[in-house]
Amino acid sequence: MQVSFVVNGKNQTLSAAPMKRLLDVLREDLNLTGTKEGCGEGECGACAVIMDGLLVLSCMVPLCQIQGKSITTIEGLADDANLHPLQHAFQENGGAQCGVCTPGMILAALYYLNNPDEAEDLREALAGNQCRCTGYTRIFKSVEAVGRNEF
Amino acid sequence: MHDQFETIGKSVHRKEGIPKVTGRAIYADDMRFDGCLYGRTVRSTVPHGTIKEIRFNPGFPWTEFTIVLPEDIPGKNGVTLIDSEQPFLVYREIQHLAEPIALIAHADRELLEKALYQIEVDVDELPAVFTMDAALERNDIFKSYLIEGDNVSDNWLDADVIIEETYGTGAQEHLYIEPQAVIATAIPGESVTIWGSMQCPFYVQKAVAPLFNLPRERIRVVQTETGGGFGGKEEYPNLIAGHAALLAWKSGRPVKMIYGRREDMWATTKRHPSRTHIKAGFKRDGTLVALDIDLVLDGGAYPTLSSVVLSRATLHAWGPYRCNCTRIRSRVVKTNSVPHGAFRGFGAPQAIFAIEMHMNRAAEALGMDPAEIRRRNFLRKGDRMPTGQVVKDELDLGCLMDRALELSNYRHKRSQYEQANRDRGQKRKGIGLSVFFHGSGFTGGGEVHLASEISLRLTEQGGVEVLAANVEYGQGTNTVFAQIVAEACKISPDLVRIHQPDTATVPDSGPTVASRTTMIVGKLIERAALELRHRLNKPEDFRSAASQYLRQHGTLVVSVRYEPPPDIYWDETTYRGDAYAAYSWSCDVAEVEVNLTDYGARVTNFVSTVECGRVLNPALAAAQIEGGIAQGIGFALYEDVVLERGAMKNNQFTNYIIPTTADTPDIHVEFVEFPYNNPGPYAAKGIGEMPIDGPAPAIASAVAHALGGRFINEVPLLPERIMRNIELGSDPLLYQSFGADPELRK
Repeated sequence: MQVSFVVNGKNQTLSAAPMKRLLDVLREDLNLTGTKEGCGEGECGACAVIMDGLLVLSCMVPLCQIQGKSITTIEGLADDANLHPLQHAFQENGGAQCGVCTPGMILAALYYLNNPDEAEDLREALAGNQCRCTGYTRIFKSVEAVGRNEF
Repeated sequence: MHDQFETIGKSVHRKEGIPKVTGRAIYADDMRFDGCLYGRTVRSTVPHGTIKEIRFNPGFPWTEFTIVLPEDIPGKNGVTLIDSEQPFLVYREIQHLAEPIALIAHADRELLEKALYQIEVDVDELPAVFTMDAALERNDIFKSYLIEGDNVSDNWLDADVIIEETYGTGAQEHLYIEPQAVIATAIPGESVTIWGSMQCPFYVQKAVAPLFNLPRERIRVVQTETGGGFGGKEEYPNLIAGHAALLAWKSGRPVKMIYGRREDMWATTKRHPSRTHIKAGFKRDGTLVALDIDLVLDGGAYPTLSSVVLSRATLHAWGPYRCNCTRIRSRVVKTNSVPHGAFRGFGAPQAIFAIEMHMNRAAEALGMDPAEIRRRNFLRKGDRMPTGQVVKDELDLGCLMDRALELSNYRHKRSQYEQANRDRGQKRKGIGLSVFFHGSGFTGGGEVHLASEISLRLTEQGGVEVLAANVEYGQGTNTVFAQIVAEACKISPDLVRIHQPDTATVPDSGPTVASRTTMIVGKLIERAALELRHRLNKPEDFRSAASQYLRQHGTLVVSVRYEPPPDIYWDETTYRGDAYAAYSWSCDVAEVEVNLTDYGARVTNFVSTVECGRVLNPALAAAQIEGGIAQGIGFALYEDVVLERGAMKNNQFTNYIIPTTADTPDIHVEFVEFPYNNPGPYAAKGIGEMPIDGPAPAIASAVAHALGGRFINEVPLLPERIMRNIELGSDPLLYQSFGADPELRK
């Protein structure tokens, strides 16, 4: 099927199988490989992106659901000259280690900062994004610093 | 205290951090190749048996597929590691579930997935062994060690109290967030190139060369950005690299092998399950006078790295305590489980869990505080370990422990919680500690055999490029290497470039394992950088001196090779001598809350004091500790690998529980530095593995404290294990390969 949608502000139209995962559309058709596959079954959060303002797991979203949607991936956060404050904060505070959970984690943090009332606290907000390197301490520091407008 | 340094001791930002936070870093699965095929593995569905026939169902378009069977292997069908017992593809006898039998490749991933269901393997099943006891009965032992201290038998008579217990730890899954991933290309008959997620490019080269009967230099291995490893990408990539290369060799096209999460968890290595029996004699004042330890690991179906994992377990079994009457016997057995392998800590977490729990038991039996019984027995300068290794430098573990007790407010909380728990509420609180060490670098003569080499090269920008085989996989290698060069050459770390680990262009500086990268390889880099600066006549302005040198001479490369410290001696046959050139030391204090409604335990606060010599990058080092502690919390409370017929049954994120943000408490890390004659660069020691050693016993002793002295001898401390302890009032240790037999789980 053919679908039109917006990714990082750019219009896209492509044809593919209706059940093709958004994750594969991003990585294979659009070469946006910043979105990572950690489990492929909606459990780890590595493939999280923002779709029409909502945080979604791109491995769980089929192509047939993205008609007309606007999607933001990690590649859409920074412009050429400037990092997004969250990216800056993760770099300054050591929020990224191996880097595979990082794109999804940053997008989940962005969603939380934009929708602070939807979770009890930062711990709850990020609980769907698993990290095996950091013990989360420096991720919390990074997001909290942005919350205080330090970046 | 770091004022003497420009860069060392500073929290320099992660060198490859910007590509990682922007999503631009290229991992194996992000690479694109024209005409690329995807590879999949046909695996055994029985744990032990002989293959009668492999049937490809008719009516399926098999001619479109590349298929590799054992008879297609051009060279040796064995994964060269310490030995080469493990085949790339089963050719005689299936030894475990999920064992590779055949390989298939196709450009269409969906068709490839369907094809796996069109292949049938007829097998004559054979009886299989899943428990350590059954393996011991059959005398199926891969490796054993015996270490006897100076005075094995006499001291038992001096003991006022003798305590005997058995402890167990379960398997643990690495759960790196990036699954196993490699891509191979081949020119059949000539050469193979492999890109992949890995810790040890030269291990892959060494394993794959005999597979194709090629000299090693015809196998090029390039490490791509690696999304975590924790030991899970130490030896396993050898196997999957060989598989991708076989498919590329046969098809003449690039082949990508990316494991799905379920396959990754089902088929790859785990931490060795353990069972440790300890008998210890104490005087009434808490002095340890005699110690007898019997440690068993489940190695799984092939020897792989089990002998060295056992070695490290054996050499950490006595903990940081003095006892001249010590005997340690250790064995790793063969079962029909998926082979257990390298995992951060490498045997030490299992051994340290046992000795630290035993110290808590002894404290309880003698009516002492767990901190005070430890203090009475700490190793000090001049003491001898059971190997005969003498503690050469000042060692004040009391100071390290006291700082952790102070930071955690241990004494106050210990009595406060005891008092509060008397009210018999539904939520019980406890606080517990552990004190432990970890040897840096390869065991014994291992570093001499490795003979690691690195090179530094001047760059056109007047900076320095590091050529080494040690990889960045999240732990900070790139940044720390850059800091070491920057300090020695008196330049900015921004002027240091790290060459991508590539066997075609970097020297073999050994594997990225064993907490060796900073201490051992970092020292080589320091030596080479000092030499480089010397060759430029120690310029004030390195950059212009380097540019001038390059204009005159074209190039400048300095290479150095490992030289053992002069005062280190190790005898591999008697297992006596200096097992490690240096040890790092640590004390953990954990606070827990146990909910008696659902029997769940959670960690509410965690303090760790760490002595690892001079801390080269405090932020990166603390991040290593924090991440290790989170893994340790998982090992202690949540991570239950359910082995069913020797393979992981709960092979999904959804039913193998690692700590999330909601389960991870505030973690407070403080470094205490004793920078004496440490062999590392700027007196640094290893740090990567130690933080996984301490949390399990600290947490288990905190749980025991919360439950009024009820000890549970086995981790993970799942709610059902806590419930059983409370309901039955005893703790029969279920030490078999966990979950192998439903009867044992009762």
